Amino acid sequence: MLSYLANPARFMRISGVALPWFGALSLLVLGLGLVWALVVAPPDYQQGESVRIMFIHVPAAWMALSVYLFVAVASAVALVWRHPLAEIAAQAAAPIGAAFTFVCLVTGSLWGRPMWGTWWVWDARLTSVLVLFFLYLGYIALVNAFDDASRGARAGSLLALVGIVNLPIIKFSVDWWNTLHQPASVLRLGGPTIDASLLAPLLVMALGFGFLFGWLLLLRMRAALNERKLRALRVYGQALDGSAADEPSSAATRPAWR
Amino acid sequence: MTAFIGLIRHDLRLAARQGGDIGLVLGFFVLAVILFPFGVGPEPELLRRIAAGIIWVAALLAAVLSLDRLFAADYADGGLDLIALSPVPLELAMLAKSTAHWLTTGLPLVIVSPLLALFVDLDPAALPALMLGLLLGTPAMSLLGAIAAALSLGARRPGVLMTLLVLPLYLPTLIFGAAAVEASLSAEGARSHLLLLAALSVAALPFAPLAAAAALRQALD
Repeated sequence: MLSYLANPARFMRISGVALPWFGALSLLVLGLGLVWALVVAPPDYQQGESVRIMFIHVPAAWMALSVYLFVAVASAVALVWRHPLAEIAAQAAAPIGAAFTFVCLVTGSLWGRPMWGTWWVWDARLTSVLVLFFLYLGYIALVNAFDDASRGARAGSLLALVGIVNLPIIKFSVDWWNTLHQPASVLRLGGPTIDASLLAPLLVMALGFGFLFGWLLLLRMRAALNERKLRALRVYGQALDGSAADEPSSAATRPAWR
Repeated sequence: MTAFIGLIRHDLRLAARQGGDIGLVLGFFVLAVILFPFGVGPEPELLRRIAAGIIWVAALLAAVLSLDRLFAADYADGGLDLIALSPVPLELAMLAKSTAHWLTTGLPLVIVSPLLALFVDLDPAALPALMLGLLLGTPAMSLLGAIAAALSLGARRPGVLMTLLVLPLYLPTLIFGAAAVEASLSAEGARSHLLLLAALSVAALPFAPLAAAAALRQALD
């Protein structure tokens, strides 16, 4: 299927059909999930109403990790198979992942203030997620640091793969170290320890965030491909005019996702 | 093997002729440490509590600053292309570069650290843990730094970019290095932290040259 979508024109056609579906689904599922999470779900026996931050914080954290995995896999596909759209996919996904990480950190901080009495603590889980945020920023900075867009894309792909070592550290940080952040309650051996009445809206929110990511990703990838087309048309047009001298070559090779 | 030693000797000879580079790294190390008493106040009690952190952070920053001369000169005059084209595996060449970098940056940092312990009023009992920790942690810094240096070859602002890329990789070394010094002053002892530092360097030994060589191949394409 990956090679089926490798043709940019075919990808544009298919994603053009899929895009409004992703948008509608994310709106619907997130709307449903938010109502369920913020109104219908019962308050926690210990934390009261402030447990409702969890319904944003945890799915955002799951997305932050998954999107980084997506970026790393897309980078591997780009490096190994030279899939034409893999680099575009990775560069389109990175800012979305950084945004999810930011949301996770901010909502976590807002949740920590009433629960732990502090906005921030340097325990293993918070520190490693902050490192993930900087890995995202480093990836974006590296891709944009070169005048030659393809050089930036290749360097970024390597960096994404090097940073993959942080993902298991984040996941298992609450097990390996004595952390203030609570240990795993959902994805753990022995099944979830969270009550079903809270688990269900959590999973619905996670699904909604997933659709949101899909919608944003396709939007950004289509924008990147359109930008490439525009650039190619501009260069082609000037070549026809014979006035190619005044357009500097660096503009024609700016990174694809911008 | 001769090529490996030859590459190290080449880099060392260059560093010796341009003597200033080692001096700059050490100078930055000393200056960065000296700035802290001016910033947080000269009370010995306060300085002693944060001494380990100050020295390790300054060592890290000094190492990061010295990274751009790892490949820059060779990239500019075409020597890197020759190294890539030679029959020596590029990974081995990366290892040689990292070794030479460690000999001209990491080792001098280790040697100068007792002097700096004086400036931040570090308990002399912690000196062995400090020096051993730096000795075990600086190879990891040189190896991981080579990855960042190779990735930023040809970028617009390589120095700043390298710092952004390499600091997440350096964090474990920093955490365990500073913790080793703290632990040596308590009943716990620095052994476990020093072992972890050694593990980081040993783990970086095979993987970092692989990643750096891949990055260099991208850069030289």
